[in-house]
Amino acid sequence: MPRNAIDIPEKIEYLSILNEKGELDTSLEPDIPEELLLKLHRSIILGRKFDERLLNLQRQGRIGTFAPTSGQEAAHLGAVALLRPSDWLVPAFRETAAEVWRGRSLESVIIYFNGYDEGAEIPQDLNNLPISVPVGSQIPHAVGLGWAAKYRQTDNVAMTFFGDGATSEGDFHEGLNFAAVFQAPVIFVCQNNHWAISNPVAKQTRSKTLAQKALAYGMPGIQVDGNDVLAVYAAAKEAVERARAGHGPTLIECVTYRMTVHTTADDPKRYRSEEEVEQWRKRDPIARYQKYLLDKGLLSEDKIADIESEVLEEIQAAVDGAEERMKALGDPNNMFEHAYARMPAYLKEQKKAFAEEVAEMTEVKNSG
Amino acid sequence: MAKMTMVQALNLALQQEMEKDDSVIVLGEDVGVDGGVFRVTDGLIDQFGEERVLDTPLAENGIVGMAIGMAVYGLKPVCEIQFSGFSYQNFHQIENHAARLRRRSRGRYQVPMVLRTPYGGGVRALEHHSESREAYWAHTPGIKTVIPSGPRNARGLLVSAIRDPDPVIFYESKALYRAFREEVPEEEETVPIGQPRIVREGKDLTMIAYGAMMRPTLEAAASLKDKDGVEAEVIDLLTVSPLDDEIFVTSVLKTGRALIVHEAPRSFGPGAEIATRLMEKAFYYLEAPIERVTGYDIIIPLFSREKAYLPNEQRILRAARKALSH
Repeated sequence: MPRNAIDIPEKIEYLSILNEKGELDTSLEPDIPEELLLKLHRSIILGRKFDERLLNLQRQGRIGTFAPTSGQEAAHLGAVALLRPSDWLVPAFRETAAEVWRGRSLESVIIYFNGYDEGAEIPQDLNNLPISVPVGSQIPHAVGLGWAAKYRQTDNVAMTFFGDGATSEGDFHEGLNFAAVFQAPVIFVCQNNHWAISNPVAKQTRSKTLAQKALAYGMPGIQVDGNDVLAVYAAAKEAVERARAGHGPTLIECVTYRMTVHTTADDPKRYRSEEEVEQWRKRDPIARYQKYLLDKGLLSEDKIADIESEVLEEIQAAVDGAEERMKALGDPNNMFEHAYARMPAYLKEQKKAFAEEVAEMTEVKNSG
Repeated sequence: MAKMTMVQALNLALQQEMEKDDSVIVLGEDVGVDGGVFRVTDGLIDQFGEERVLDTPLAENGIVGMAIGMAVYGLKPVCEIQFSGFSYQNFHQIENHAARLRRRSRGRYQVPMVLRTPYGGGVRALEHHSESREAYWAHTPGIKTVIPSGPRNARGLLVSAIRDPDPVIFYESKALYRAFREEVPEEEETVPIGQPRIVREGKDLTMIAYGAMMRPTLEAAASLKDKDGVEAEVIDLLTVSPLDDEIFVTSVLKTGRALIVHEAPRSFGPGAEIATRLMEKAFYYLEAPIERVTGYDIIIPLFSREKAYLPNEQRILRAARKALSH
């Protein structure tokens, strides 16, 4: 009776193209149009500056809790840059820059995190799903969307994001398994930022990589330097092309780092060292990418300064616009909207009773 | 018209809706080649192919999560969860997403999916196969919970559920699947969601039930007439949530007495909500305390004792006479 090793042909690769010192592997350098390279740069800067401003607004009590993205901009922008408008973005909650890349307004982000449902509004022409707070729970939706796109004989794909913690959830395993079984055109992008609140990735899994989990489902997996936007782009390009061609899903693990808090309600000093954070600061996605663009002659120090001030102006305009718009969002009666396609009779009664109650409660009426 | 069991009537609804609308997709465990463990999806794979009848991996949460994505895209997925006892595995996807995506996207997306699942006792099944947990679903805003009571309304309700723009939990009583046949028209027939029906008129007592409990309730109403000369009005809810109270409130304004029957556990069950609506809207017309005949607040026993657990004609009669004694 034999007891032989089973030949499993798949391997897990690690991809790095532009390392933390800004050194480029020209043999792996993806062919990205200049315009797209610059758009990516601007979006990374916008993502970072917007994140810093949101943190500032939260500390001032002008918005509520949110999940910052600093340090992870390359990991989600490099991937989402491959999508067409007709593709689907299925985010978790730490891909704000990717949502904005796709067309979500900065204003809506501010309004949402200041606790108004109106901030969750998705324009009719935008194929973004709303953020999904229960960890990993959005993953199967991408499978259904991808499956439907294939059923309707389009070559559209669905791309979903999640963190390292999500790979422990049933939704992750069921989603990847279903996608592989049905060969759905889905790109699973794991932003391995090393920390699920206080739990390090080593306590999340005994696997050497998260990418290798793809092999169990019979799909390709790749681990990339998630702070190298060129590597993320290159891996996502392969995955998106494979999905469009009808060859099924891919798992991409972007190794990155959550530079700040899990959410603004979190204190990372309780569980991780400042030394570790410092190590990752040296691997920041922005510095190396700017060096790359400077070396290519696509940017200058002056141009970078211009971009930063343009981005700050854009953010200020969004803050002003959001705060102006929120002045008109005081009416709590509209919390009854969008429960059902048609409001059931008993809910109409509740809404009517609420309107009568609230008319007498000036403090509620004016709380907006 | 053909005489059909509920299984055949449900199959007719699926087959006709799939024929009319290529956005209707059936998915679940064993729904394809096997035709479903109760054969509700029998033959659909032969007519519509593997592309529209998906034998999925064994993961309830994955089935529902994938269906949500399909529905957001604009398809109309009809999932079968093999037994409602396994649907708690997908409760999360219904509660966190199916029920909320309309709200969370401010109307940009909706989730026109149906989750069909057999519920309830009475077929001598294994543990986890006999619960009646409609209250879980009814407590979640944003979804609808529909429970037919016979072949003809099962067919009409399922057609409505498939066409409904909101997610519908569709509870099918296993005890009714093959219990009796009814004339079911071949041509299209829908039964509106959210509208209870008066199935027997009367002036002395209002009996409110749904699903498998309609039969013992109607038997009890007949006995009340024969033995006691009492004319009971019987209402079939058909939709547990959103609960429309107009018909049963109007009835109780007339009869002054109400009795509610369900096989779900009593506490926090649908009967509690129905009784409260009656207190809110018919209090001064009540001649007697509202009676509830329900499952007990225990896990339903294994099948040798399930008949003792489930409401039956005798228990309903006893409660009715109590209500009439005041």
